[in-house]
Amino acid sequence: MQGGAATLYLPPMQQPLELILLRQLASYLTIPMWMMDDSGDLIFYNEPAEGLLGVQFDDAGPIRAEQLIGMWQVTDLGGEVIPDAEFPVVAALTKQTPMHRALRFQGMDGAWREVEVTAIPIEGQGNRFLGVLATFWEVQG
Amino acid sequence: MEVVASSGRHLFLDAGSGIRTLSEDASGLDRVDVLLTHLHMDHILGLPFFTPLLDPVIDVHIWGPISTTKTLQERLSRYLSPPLFPVRVRDLPSVTFHDVPPGVFEIDSVRVIADLVCHPGPTLGYRLEDSGSSITYLPDHEPALCSNDFPGDPEWTSGHDLAKGADLLIHDSQYTDQEYEQRVGWGHSSYTHLLEFARQTGVKTLSTYHHDPTHTDLILDGTHDWLRERANGLEIIAGKPGVVIEL
Repeated sequence: MQGGAATLYLPPMQQPLELILLRQLASYLTIPMWMMDDSGDLIFYNEPAEGLLGVQFDDAGPIRAEQLIGMWQVTDLGGEVIPDAEFPVVAALTKQTPMHRALRFQGMDGAWREVEVTAIPIEGQGNRFLGVLATFWEVQG
Repeated sequence: MEVVASSGRHLFLDAGSGIRTLSEDASGLDRVDVLLTHLHMDHILGLPFFTPLLDPVIDVHIWGPISTTKTLQERLSRYLSPPLFPVRVRDLPSVTFHDVPPGVFEIDSVRVIADLVCHPGPTLGYRLEDSGSSITYLPDHEPALCSNDFPGDPEWTSGHDLAKGADLLIHDSQYTDQEYEQRVGWGHSSYTHLLEFARQTGVKTLSTYHHDPTHTDLILDGTHDWLRERANGLEIIAGKPGVVIEL
């Protein structure tokens, strides 16, 4: 190749492939799923999760990490407020370790729900930490 | 596929059966680099027949996708060893293997950007930048698979950043639209998706690549006519042996 000045590398617009594939999978599953990127921003949740969270993702859009705090009221099964560090998604994000727990939360529709939450860190090829995937199981009855 | 950098460095993109005929281009060089997108057989088949591998005067650097379980050398050794090939990797005189995670590295005057793209198994695409020119090489790629609304959202389109604004995009062009309907998930592109991806990323020139083995030259002539009718100003080069493109 021959030419003039160097070409600048354009800043990334695109999500990592692993997150692209995960979002595609999540969109097909009936399991409520939620995805955060490596900075803690909420980048996607699927339609089953919309029913739990009480707001459609198209309406809520990607949500910055700092805006997520306090968006949903969350307690343990006894009704006590859970410290942020004990949220499964926070543990997976900050410690990059999986975590599972049962909790109660109030959706944007005002309804309180009891769910089992499993959050796992997403690590891609080359030991790249890419974000967090969380699944929710609503406890019925 | 061979790229000659402004510095004179020769880079070979993948090592299919065609790399053997490019061996003589390496005559007189002290180093060559082979960039593998992935290790499917059609992309490594020609590697043991690439004569620089057996030449102690030439340093051969082989770059390929990283794995969580085995090094690139270990994975290639499954092919470069008996009974599949009589010469073992350890017997090659001067070869260096590089396991490539997504990221940026330099080979002489060439800045190489590697990123994962949508294809079965960890598969890299490469963007090569040198002296103001750029080439994006996505030989095996199914951009529509990972998106619900392709080509709607660049943020969620595999390969977008690698290809964005490239002077030359060399891209998978395996299937007609009708064939693709029966091949979703196989990791290759339809012609319509190829055009849509090229438009979305704003590349200047598109070279077709990785034609289906069942497509005769007559079929491919028709394919390129079909693509050019819909190109809307995009320059389209019919990828075939012997084509030389200067940027």
